[in-house]
Amino acid sequence: MTAIAPYRSAVASGRAGFAQLVRAEWVKFRTVRGWVIAMVVAVLAIVALGLGPGMQGSCGLYGPASDCTQTLGPGGEAVTDSFYFVHQPLGGNGAITVRMTSLTGQIPDLSGGGGGGRVKASGSGSGPQTRSGVVPWAKAGIIIKASTRQGSAYAAMMVTGGNGVRMQYDYTGDAPGIAGSVSADSPRWLRLTRSGDTLTGYDSADGTHWTRVASVTLAGLPSTVPGGLFATSPQYFQMSAGETSLNSANSQATGVFDHLSLRGTQPGGAWTGSAIGAAGGPAAGSPGGFQDTGGTFTVSGTGDIAPSVTGAAGSGVTIAQTLIGVFAGLIAVVVVGAMFMTAEYRRGLIRVTLAAAPRRGQVLAAKAVVIAAVTFAVGLVSAAVVVVEGQRVLREHGVYVWPATALTEVRVIVGTAAVLAVAAVIALAIGTVLRRGAGAVAAVIVVIVLPYLLTVAIPILPVAAADWLARVTPAAAFAVQQTLIQYPQVSNVYTPSAGYYPLPPLAGFAVLVAWAAAALALAAYLLQRRDA
Amino acid sequence: MTPLRAEWTKIRTLAGTWWLLLAVIALTVAVGSAAGAAVTCQVAGCGQDPAKLILSGVDLSQTIVAVLAVLAVSGEYSTGMIRVTLTAMPRRLTVLTAKAVVVTGLVLTAGAVGVLASVFAGRLMLPARGFTQAHGYPPLSLANGPDLRAVVGSVLYLALIALLALGIATAVRDSAASIGVVLGLLYLFPIIAGALDPQWSRRLAQIGPMTTGLYIQDTTDLRGLPLAPWQGLGVLALWATGALLAGGLALRLRDA
Repeated sequence: MTAIAPYRSAVASGRAGFAQLVRAEWVKFRTVRGWVIAMVVAVLAIVALGLGPGMQGSCGLYGPASDCTQTLGPGGEAVTDSFYFVHQPLGGNGAITVRMTSLTGQIPDLSGGGGGGRVKASGSGSGPQTRSGVVPWAKAGIIIKASTRQGSAYAAMMVTGGNGVRMQYDYTGDAPGIAGSVSADSPRWLRLTRSGDTLTGYDSADGTHWTRVASVTLAGLPSTVPGGLFATSPQYFQMSAGETSLNSANSQATGVFDHLSLRGTQPGGAWTGSAIGAAGGPAAGSPGGFQDTGGTFTVSGTGDIAPSVTGAAGSGVTIAQTLIGVFAGLIAVVVVGAMFMTAEYRRGLIRVTLAAAPRRGQVLAAKAVVIAAVTFAVGLVSAAVVVVEGQRVLREHGVYVWPATALTEVRVIVGTAAVLAVAAVIALAIGTVLRRGAGAVAAVIVVIVLPYLLTVAIPILPVAAADWLARVTPAAAFAVQQTLIQYPQVSNVYTPSAGYYPLPPLAGFAVLVAWAAAALALAAYLLQRRDA
Repeated sequence: MTPLRAEWTKIRTLAGTWWLLLAVIALTVAVGSAAGAAVTCQVAGCGQDPAKLILSGVDLSQTIVAVLAVLAVSGEYSTGMIRVTLTAMPRRLTVLTAKAVVVTGLVLTAGAVGVLASVFAGRLMLPARGFTQAHGYPPLSLANGPDLRAVVGSVLYLALIALLALGIATAVRDSAASIGVVLGLLYLFPIIAGALDPQWSRRLAQIGPMTTGLYIQDTTDLRGLPLAPWQGLGVLALWATGALLAGGLALRLRDA
């Protein structure tokens, strides 16, 4: 018996690392013409739909009511600024002090509300029945404002309907004071002092012991400014969990003041009542008024002094609107992602692939890396183009685009690209599991696009169901496109269809990643267990 | 009859066909019932459309119908069966017609079962959700004209979606790409319309195959619709016809 030396190939063995696998998969990808074309189509679809003719808005096309102008606050942000203002000029440094004994109001009785669309706004002129009550952010108190122009700087001490005493300033600033509601038995004393450009708010339950609430510097405040009493009350919403339509209408608030004292002005000045922002705007209807009966002032008003929001009474669009073509791109990307694996089964190439690289998990990982990188690049380029160019087009047509910081824009662009990349990976994984292109593509589109359609695009679901879908389905990831800020001091129904997602951007994206991880784990398990 | 028998035998002997048809029925009923359970009507004239609500399962089950129709064609291309089929039956349009008849028949049957079961579920559950006579909603009934239109129309809608998918799959041939095109046509119109200005939005709402086709389910507030219900279904029928023509032409002209 002689030992036979086993055969050894004379060819030097090549490297068989993960990098080689990625390279092999990249060659497979770029040499299939249809897939490359699909990626080009994805870019073109995203760009074309984002800059298309339907994206130019309708501002001013349907008469003055369709004008898209927004009142801008001192920080450049869109604001609502309408209230009833009882004022007189205040010169130089000084203070306003007042006692409030009551805050009441009228809210519309919407229980008999009509049918129709999701958002039903009825002006108080056409008259739903009203009943007494105050909305949580009805406001009455004292205010010092740079001018009576809408959107000018201000600081105010106020009693609210359901949020206690607050000091608010320049629309977005909000600081809490004494909690609880106001009545003749437990009145609230409010004081606002001016020292240069600095305004400080104090509150007190007895007029003797004062607590400082907050201080704010309003740069460039004129030396003589209007100051006095105000009352306002925002839109009232009514919606219960099982309903899909939202009723809203104007409400009114009435504050009763006494012990009014002014320091630092020409004493005995006359009080003037002005309805700020009453013409047009959301506060159509009775603008309010005031009565002075021997030092007791009764002031009624409607509207709000707050940052503007989208939704029931909002207008304008967000930069997410320019990204609508992403859904066309998403479908192209999902088809390619699924085919990247199913085509191997169809052609029998999978047997060659697995013979060359017997570690099956690594094959799947290499494919995931390639498809994710390609789709991320595709998404990044096209999203960057439409976010930058699309905003310009919209603004040129007079559409109010809600502003976003550069950092937010980068997050929207990178996030959108990442959503495309992870969606492609999910398609790859489902393609591996099902090994059939049609089923894989349909499954992925159903779990990503359909929830978006039902919660954001055509919100036909009840709010609670839409909220649930926007939290648990992969469509939660579209939270990366949110640019609007949700203000706790503004009552609104913050729904996905109005541009407010229930999850913060990263958390929403994490939901998508979790789905991808689960799909990949199942795919890797089945790829290793099954015969190819 | 031979082509019909051949196509019937092919589709009948695929296990996937029956699972998909079961899924059509199950999803139609399950999603419709879930929607019915999620919505309440608390006051008279609450603006809801009970028929559309309970038939909303069709939104999802149309996806399964599209997969079924796509696989009936693309499945033959992926296995090479198409060459056997066309050798046995050289009249290509006859083959396509036979496929269309068989798939439509199956979808009509499964669709009818799913839709009728949904309406039955609606009759049981909607009155408890506030859809009562007092609130202006008589119980769903096939004797009621608009309700009957919604029911019959939903079944026809699913059949037209099958024909649309069949035509597209015959033109595109690859199953993943076909289903991508079909679902893109269905879902992209409403998504994009939602982002456009009102004028363009209405325009898209008059041409999108899914949007227009589903107007047939509306039983209340018909004046607000961009198209009348049967007109809407007609637009979808035009889409299906166009897709079948394109598919037929491609089948005639191309090598298999």
